[in-house]
Amino acid sequence: MSAPAMPGKVAGIMPVRSEPFGLRHYLICLKGVVLRECLRFLHQRERFISSLVRPLVWLFIFAAGFRQVLGVSIIPPYKTYVLYEVYITPGLCGMILLFSGMQSSLSMVYDREMGNMRILLVSPFPRWFLLVSKMLAGVAVSIVQVYAFLIVAWLWGVKAPPLGYLYVLPALFLSGMMLCALGMLLSSLIKQLENFAGIMNFVIFPGYFASPALYPLWRIQEASPLLYKICLCNPFTYAVELIRFAFYGQIEWLSLGVVAGCTLLFLGGAIIAYDPSRGLLIRKQDMGGNA
Amino acid sequence: MQHMRTSGPGDEVAALDVGAVSHSYGQKRALNDVSFSIAPATFTVLLGLNGAGKTTLFSLISHLYDTRHGSIRIFGHDIRRASGEALRRVGIVFQARTLDLDLSVYQNLSYHASLHGIGGREARQRIAALLETVDMQGRQHDKARSLSGGQMRRIEIARALLHRPSLLLLDEATVGLDIESRAGILATIRKLVQAEGIGVLWATHLIDEVEDADHVVILRLGDLVASGKVSDVTRANGGNSIRETFSKLSRVDAAGMAETSP
Repeated sequence: MSAPAMPGKVAGIMPVRSEPFGLRHYLICLKGVVLRECLRFLHQRERFISSLVRPLVWLFIFAAGFRQVLGVSIIPPYKTYVLYEVYITPGLCGMILLFSGMQSSLSMVYDREMGNMRILLVSPFPRWFLLVSKMLAGVAVSIVQVYAFLIVAWLWGVKAPPLGYLYVLPALFLSGMMLCALGMLLSSLIKQLENFAGIMNFVIFPGYFASPALYPLWRIQEASPLLYKICLCNPFTYAVELIRFAFYGQIEWLSLGVVAGCTLLFLGGAIIAYDPSRGLLIRKQDMGGNA
Repeated sequence: MQHMRTSGPGDEVAALDVGAVSHSYGQKRALNDVSFSIAPATFTVLLGLNGAGKTTLFSLISHLYDTRHGSIRIFGHDIRRASGEALRRVGIVFQARTLDLDLSVYQNLSYHASLHGIGGREARQRIAALLETVDMQGRQHDKARSLSGGQMRRIEIARALLHRPSLLLLDEATVGLDIESRAGILATIRKLVQAEGIGVLWATHLIDEVEDADHVVILRLGDLVASGKVSDVTRANGGNSIRETFSKLSRVDAAGMAETSP
């Protein structure tokens, strides 16, 4: 039914356009989103402690226990025999990024359920920019956690070449972007917070164990050719290798290509999924909503 | 405090123009060919019982949902084609609480300012002024979690005004609040319409929030059943008051079907 227009409407007058947002406005927006994520992280001390304890348990207990069992031989990028603790450190950095990426997508599901996400989505900035900002915020928090872990590992005697701590930064950034983008894409597929636990089990654990994070690929190939092929299809494999080589100032080009490609793929998927005119929000609307 | 609004000459265009909008959740029709427009600097009440389609309409206007049938224009800007331009002119208070409870009042407001490209001293000045407007000065460092329901709503209203919108949308903003808080919030919003010339779309199912000078848009099961000035709607439907008219127009039979007016 069509109702008569109310007074005040004058047909045919062109709408006034505002001054377009410049680079300064985009940077303000990005800074605001990153700052909020950092503040949330600081307010959730338990999250920081658990993110630190998890890899340290692996380093202190698992690695110490399995040092004698799991020999790794000399494989690139290592030029000499390395302790098992040294071998799994890049994998544990990847583990932090993986958990943190999923955690940030968990926070997106939480934000969506609690309504905070709406505040982000009704911002006049382009949706893709808002999602990239959110991703960068998640990566910034992840990298802080990785360096906190590396400091404790260093104090424990697990040391990389001094410059490796600098070289690894771009690899951590790119891998973090890929995993945050994956988390963001997954968060768009989840309708309720409760469903997220299942995704965590189906993504984090298979992703982590079917990778060279804990044992080299040649060992996996010896044990199970099928598992080896699965590992090769796992993007997390390439993130770990990218980080491992970066610690020694080397670029593993295949890993770089796969991680960069997957980042773009997952990010593109997330942008489509969060676009109200094209993505999965439409399906959510169709599934039901609060009238 | 004087608002510098984002429109200007554009005030001659309707603040909000909803044209033949329909929306469904699967097979369930939530809005059916709804059309109305609201003028700048007017207080318009979107009336409807639960399930009438108010929240769906808000989700479409705020571009959370895509408008697949019909069009929505905010000061002439189509929400699909120019969502950024349209959203710059709108302040929104959602029905659900949307403050981040772990952050302080100031941090919540500052985050919203940044989402509109407002930072630094300008953001600080606007936050201070708006906290005064909503009578929450001195509370900027309190955690959102420590606020009462009414205080949270006030902060959400301040947040919706931070980027100086020309149109304010409030979805059931007084639900769950005590009478005093409800009256206070309503008075604040009405004052904004008078003093700042902001257009307001106030969704509610509480008929006592409507005043004679208001405009109303009445929804029933997704259909628009009346719109216009309160006096005109009342007269056109043969009622003695807007309460009686609303009661008559929103009547639904036991099967959930709208009853036809005699």
